[in-house]
Amino acid sequence: MKPTDPSVTWIEEKPLGLGERLYLPLFVQGLTTTARHLVSPKLTVSYPEQRPTVGNPLIYRGVHRLNRDTEGRVKCVACFLCATACPAHCIDIVATNSLWPDREKYPESFSIDELRCIFCGMCEEACPVDAIELTSLLDLTGKSREEMIFDKEKLLSVYDMTKDAEPMKSASLGGTL
Amino acid sequence: MNTLAPFLPTIAALVKIGLLVGGLMTAAAYLVLVERWMAAWVQDRKGPNRVGIPLTKIRLFGLGQPLADGLKIILKEDFTPRHVDKVLYTAAPLVILAASLAIFAAIPFGSVLPPLGIPGLPDPVPFLVAPGLDVGVLWVFALSSIAVYGVLLGGWASNNKYGFLGGLRSSAQLVAYEIPLGLGLLGVVLAAGSLKLDAIMNAQAESGVWYAFAQPLGFIVFLVASFAEAARLPFDLPEAEQELVGGYHTEYSGIKLLLFLVAEFLHMVTAAFLIVIMFLGGWHLWGVTGSSQEVTWLGAFIRFGVLSTKIFAVILFFMLVRWSWPRFRFDQLMNLAWKVVLPLGIANLVTVATIEEFRPQLVERLGAGPAGVIALAAPWAVFFLGWIAAGMLTPSGTDNTPIRTHNMLDAERELVEV
Repeated sequence: MKPTDPSVTWIEEKPLGLGERLYLPLFVQGLTTTARHLVSPKLTVSYPEQRPTVGNPLIYRGVHRLNRDTEGRVKCVACFLCATACPAHCIDIVATNSLWPDREKYPESFSIDELRCIFCGMCEEACPVDAIELTSLLDLTGKSREEMIFDKEKLLSVYDMTKDAEPMKSASLGGTL
Repeated sequence: MNTLAPFLPTIAALVKIGLLVGGLMTAAAYLVLVERWMAAWVQDRKGPNRVGIPLTKIRLFGLGQPLADGLKIILKEDFTPRHVDKVLYTAAPLVILAASLAIFAAIPFGSVLPPLGIPGLPDPVPFLVAPGLDVGVLWVFALSSIAVYGVLLGGWASNNKYGFLGGLRSSAQLVAYEIPLGLGLLGVVLAAGSLKLDAIMNAQAESGVWYAFAQPLGFIVFLVASFAEAARLPFDLPEAEQELVGGYHTEYSGIKLLLFLVAEFLHMVTAAFLIVIMFLGGWHLWGVTGSSQEVTWLGAFIRFGVLSTKIFAVILFFMLVRWSWPRFRFDQLMNLAWKVVLPLGIANLVTVATIEEFRPQLVERLGAGPAGVIALAAPWAVFFLGWIAAGMLTPSGTDNTPIRTHNMLDAERELVEV
């Protein structure tokens, strides 16, 4: 866009008044602003003692979990949609014939490399049975790389740990049970 | 006892040096913590509050932080780049720190101790490493100018363009602001009639009128100039992190960097000392401390406390100012120095000189009371007039409005016309 374009509105800067030329308003404004903030309540969250508040757990993207159905079995049907959708290629599924009559396959092993994961939530979006979900657990630590590869048991245990605080989103959003 | 007598003044001086250097180094370390706290609070954060007593869980609001900071920076690798001038590179931090510490030889850090009754020691003992130094103020200013050499040497020896630019800016800025600093000081020296800093404090205590009230213009000039001398925001161009990486100490690491940083803090402490001693009455506070030279132990410590409190308050002001205003551009800095602060300093000096010259005649003709009122009112009138004149007459900014044409030829023609 050119400076002469008629849609450009030019605002004239006001000439400095006497007060501004004397530097006093700037002086007062600067000091009052800093002095006000000096005594105002602090925003810092003292982390290990104080937990940060997660705005909306439904849309927060923290550690993954594998949901269980009403009978306590893993909900996953090993369709590989999450592994396909994953841009970081961090999901590794080994499928095998289902033990149960209501589905064809189930995951023999299901592991997520939490160090490769970029927490984009694509797996959650892709899952047709709402088996994989991201919780609002935000502090994910480990002492080795191996420890950070979460297998099926660990992901299910994350579900057991968080199911009371965060019930499956699918139910409230009209998803599968 | 008698054999010791000739050495007693030396021993007393050594004790004072030990107290002063130890106190200053500790103060500098803790002022870094205070600075970080102020920075955090102004930004609505909590600041360092974790490190307490080592190896325990006691936190003490983070008072152990200076120890941790110091250990960390001492244990870092003291890396000397290959492209530097080794001798100057090593000398620069030593020069700057030695100069910043030696300044305190002439700066009183209290009033006087009551007589100790030890033969061979002067009574009463002053809180001053080099008592009776007749050129106290000159000593302070000479050494604070030598500290500039440390900055210059550091910037030059680094053989690095950021360091060099920092050193250049620093030299221009410090040379420009030495003059208003000296002018602000001259007014005080004229009024007190002495170059001794303790005599200047005594003069303020005796009259009860601090020079900040007697010479408001001189106070403002000195305050602005000492901000620039200490290279504190809004005049921190020598080390503007956003523009120059680190300025003159870009190439320094480890203990040498620590020396630079400590020296920088000492500059601020020196500036605070001078502001308080010369303009804010030193250890004097109406109704709390007397003005005589005969003191009790309690009185001596009250005076010491008053002086320390004032200095701490000025340092807090320095730190608050750091977050209150943006940095000056270099041309604005130079404009302020040569077109605003320098003329105001001269106006103040002339006013003070005139008043001091005609004070005896005024007292004789009008009596002490009215003469005192006139001697107070005239500097304030000059203060307001000078400030308004400075605001009206000096260019307060540069016109940055873009030229509104898409035709480059027109734009150039307009530029030429302007």
